[in-house]
Amino acid sequence: MASLKDMRVRIAATKATQKITKAMQMVAASKLRRAQAAAEAARPYAESMEKVLRNIAASVSDPGSAPRLLGGTGSDQVHLLVVCTAERGLCGAFNSTIVRLAREKINALVGQGKTVKILCVGRKGYDQLRRNYAQNIVETIELRVKALGFEHAERVGAKILELYEKGEFDVATLFFSRFRSVVVQVPTALQMIPPVIEAGGGEGGTINYEYEPDELDILAELLPRNISVQVFRALLENAASEQGARMSAMDNATRNAGEMIRKQTITYNRTRQAMITKELIEIISGAEAL
Amino acid sequence: MATFHFELTSPEKLVFSGEVEHVVVPGSEGEFGVLKDHAPLVALLRPGVLTVLGQNEKRFVVRGGFAEVNPKGLTVLADFAAAVEDIDREGLAGQIKNLEEDVADAQDGPAKDQAATRLEQLKAVQSALGH
Repeated sequence: MASLKDMRVRIAATKATQKITKAMQMVAASKLRRAQAAAEAARPYAESMEKVLRNIAASVSDPGSAPRLLGGTGSDQVHLLVVCTAERGLCGAFNSTIVRLAREKINALVGQGKTVKILCVGRKGYDQLRRNYAQNIVETIELRVKALGFEHAERVGAKILELYEKGEFDVATLFFSRFRSVVVQVPTALQMIPPVIEAGGGEGGTINYEYEPDELDILAELLPRNISVQVFRALLENAASEQGARMSAMDNATRNAGEMIRKQTITYNRTRQAMITKELIEIISGAEAL
Repeated sequence: MATFHFELTSPEKLVFSGEVEHVVVPGSEGEFGVLKDHAPLVALLRPGVLTVLGQNEKRFVVRGGFAEVNPKGLTVLADFAAAVEDIDREGLAGQIKNLEEDVADAQDGPAKDQAATRLEQLKAVQSALGH
């Protein structure tokens, strides 16, 4: 049985751990607020972009003349999976759920005899995917930055476009975690290339726009930008989800540490009491023997 | 004068939103003014200054992106957008100088083209600011 001193040390260590998890939780909470604000600020841009693209895509009469980014390559043999994860761990199952979704997709695609290529954004996803799919990973982009800016998304976007131009893949899917609330983050797969454009609908479907320059030039300009915008959105959602996941994970950890401290303190006090009793008995029986 | 709704957004945030009378947009084919009930239009932007005319006149530097006019109003989506007052002119001049050196030093290739395009854009912004 551990000595009293050992137990005191153990309790102190647990208390120190609890302080750390508590601090991490508070840091995550404040970062979450900022990440959420950023995600909301980016929404109007992404929504307008989507609306305009949908309008233009609907008005392009001849799909054959549309840029390849819109129509696809006409094949779906090679898939590129862009897996966005965090740079840091200690955020519950956040990274694992994204990777699990990606892994299911990979296995399904491989089962159909397709070729799979992976582009990792974020170190954690790379660490987890490398074990089984090292030969499929084309590149890893690390995002060790304080504040996520559009230029980071543009870098990822440029990389994707470069691969597409070279004919390295036919279909691109983006994996990230959608932020629902602090406790709910939904891992999501979003097909980027060719874009899934919901047919017509809405009030905007009937507007006849004038284009300056013409539709195809605008499409050629917008489609690559749209890739970056989607990546940017995914990264922002991811950032908010990561902080949310970390916050609840650290909240749990703090609570568990509290529970452990309580149990350890009880054992410590019991042991101490038992020792005192034992010593008393020894003294009394020693006195009686005289 | 009749007003319409105008929004200026960059990927990072909503820069301006409100009712305006007249906006002059630097389109890739030339500047154009937008008043209420403008015909629906989608136009690419060139780097330059976007001006909101009216009682409280405002000027914004925009770079890359497009403008969309629909019956509800005007939406400008720019890669970069900021009020003219917030632009650091000395910083801009410094950037131009750096880029000029880059272009002079760079090997021919996509990197040089990119730098040259960026330089052109920044110069356009600078001249639009009246320097």
